[in-house]
Amino acid sequence: MERIPILQMGEYLLVTIQVDMHDQLALNLQEDLAERISRTSAKGVLIDISALDMVDSFIGRMIGTISGLSRIMDAQTVLVGMQPSVAITLVELGMTLPGVSTALNVERGMQKLRDRVERS
Amino acid sequence: MNLRSSGTQPVRLEQDVVLARQTARKLATECGMRLIDQTKLVTAVSELARNTVVYGGGGDMDWQVLEDIGRVGLRLSFRDQGPGIPDVRLALTDGWTSGGGLGLGLTGARRLVDEFDLQTAPGEGTCVTITRWT
Ligand SMILES: Nc1ncnc2c1ncn2[C@@H]1O[C@H](COP(=O)(O)OP(=O)(O)OP(=O)(O)O)[C@@H](O)[C@H]1O
Ligand SMILES: [Mg+2]
Repeated sequence: MERIPILQMGEYLLVTIQVDMHDQLALNLQEDLAERISRTSAKGVLIDISALDMVDSFIGRMIGTISGLSRIMDAQTVLVGMQPSVAITLVELGMTLPGVSTALNVERGMQKLRDRVERS
Repeated sequence: MNLRSSGTQPVRLEQDVVLARQTARKLATECGMRLIDQTKLVTAVSELARNTVVYGGGGDMDWQVLEDIGRVGLRLSFRDQGPGIPDVRLALTDGWTSGGGLGLGLTGARRLVDEFDLQTAPGEGTCVTITRWT
């Protein structure tokens, strides 16, 4: 089965979404991340969506679920790199991703993740 | 208003939703649509194509590139012969879903385009048509 790779960097997991995901692929990622957080006791997850030219309600929901899921597994999630046109469209669609922490790029995202992990 | 080109492609499987998005992106780019308008249209296409697969039991996407005075438009229809939508007003309410969705697909798609038309009859099927102009 097709899967999106999850990289481990110390106590963080890094996911870079580079393909136009069909729904099952998004669901697989959700499950894989839950399993990896539990297996590695990761403290944070960074999801880079800078290559995505579209986020619809399904992918938006997946992002929200991953964020909530990691929280109850004692990890933090930060979403980085959302393109401006994607952000505008998401808001117009009616999805504001409540509770999802975001940053403009990977560097700032990592910083945010470290800060949040230290505080928690 | 002139028809510049048109076509049809199946929307039956989950993978067809991805293909529908890709076709819409390609056509919108060819129309010279601004990036933000392309993104809105492609997102609406994704929502409607998924509804066709999930609720309509599969169908087709028709596309038309239209020419009007000083503007170009992309019109897409999502047709299925599924159960239809019994209560259109309810289905066009933000947050209403008969499944496990967020109920944002139809209403969101409507907000993202210039023209939105929904034809449906119980037992006969559903056809949603959207248009976005440059
Ligand atoms: N092609 C269709 N055939 C039959 N019913 C449909 C069709 N499209 C939409 N519906 C009905 O309209 C409801 C609302 O659709 P909408 O796309 O707005 O929300 P959703 O698909 O339930 O959730 P979301 O799209 O946010 O994941 C659906 O739950 C379904 O009952
Ligand atoms: Mg939907």
